[in-house]
Amino acid sequence: MAKIIVVTSGKGGVGKTTSAAAIATGLALRGNKTVVIDFDVGLRNLDLIMGCERRVVYDLVNVIQGEAGLKQALIRDKRTENLHILPASQTRDKDALTLEGVEKVLADLADEFDYIICDSPAGIERGAQLALYFADEAVVVTNPEVSSVRDSDRILGLLSSKSRRAEQNRDPIKEHLLITRYNPNRVDDGDMLNLDDIREILAIDLVGLIPESEAVLRSSNQGVPVIHDDKSDAGQAYADTVSRLMGEDVPLRFQSAQKKGLIARMFGGGGRR
Amino acid sequence: MKLLDFLKGERKKSASVAKERLQIIVAHQRGHRGQPDYMPMLEQELLEVIRRYVKVEQDAINISLDSDNDCSVLELNVTLPNEAEAKAAGKR
Repeated sequence: MAKIIVVTSGKGGVGKTTSAAAIATGLALRGNKTVVIDFDVGLRNLDLIMGCERRVVYDLVNVIQGEAGLKQALIRDKRTENLHILPASQTRDKDALTLEGVEKVLADLADEFDYIICDSPAGIERGAQLALYFADEAVVVTNPEVSSVRDSDRILGLLSSKSRRAEQNRDPIKEHLLITRYNPNRVDDGDMLNLDDIREILAIDLVGLIPESEAVLRSSNQGVPVIHDDKSDAGQAYADTVSRLMGEDVPLRFQSAQKKGLIARMFGGGGRR
Repeated sequence: MKLLDFLKGERKKSASVAKERLQIIVAHQRGHRGQPDYMPMLEQELLEVIRRYVKVEQDAINISLDSDNDCSVLELNVTLPNEAEAKAAGKR
């Protein structure tokens, strides 16, 4: 039986798609049959981050409306075995998604895959609610910044009330906190919320800490999920996150500022890799 | 440390301000979590009714709905002004 994980946040621009792409890729690299679905109908971007934008023929809405089969719409990832992408429609509006339609697609995918990753749109409207409705687990992507933390709390409210698990009185959705764009130097200066503050305010378990990293933009430029850049701090932090999602106990890294060596200080030269 | 900060004339670190603000707003949000959609309207209308008889402030009312298995309790908490204040308000 497949595990359905929604990657959500409320606020836009915090790294949902980057995280969904990295987590899905990481799960597949670890041998799990994985599919990642873009729920952002009208504003699809997962295909770009995954580097398969030119291979999109059919999409989620086509499948739901019966215009294409699931097999036709699924894109096989070129780099990673076991990984498939189901893109969102670029043209239609969010009303094209129906609860029954999404349920059917997820049920069909559950027969084939170990993990189904749902990349939620921003906001708390229909698209976001559908993305989380059927989830077993949720990765709540949060930046160390007031509006992001507040919106994450709103999403936690939705997860505990407007989901299938809540409505059927089953075990609640397992909620994981994923902090992205963390800058330990600014935390040390007292100008950024620290890890423990965010944990304390949201009161959910931390599944990963992704440092602010130049590797993220470099990866999205090239359409290669950042987890493939295994020399980068962000790539390694996502790999750790995937291990924790799979139930492994991995120590936290990248939470403290790196001391620059004398030479690095003398020649300046960019920040973190 | 506090004294040192004071002597140096340092302002409070922005991250701790952020934390305090978030703690308050999140506690408030959680208080309203899971309540029916009609609660804000109900609260507003109850306040209007009460204000026809007693002069109370906009934020002097607190309403909550708690439900156990087969019993729901609507709790309404209104802070009434004391006599002197009420009279002063009446003269204005």
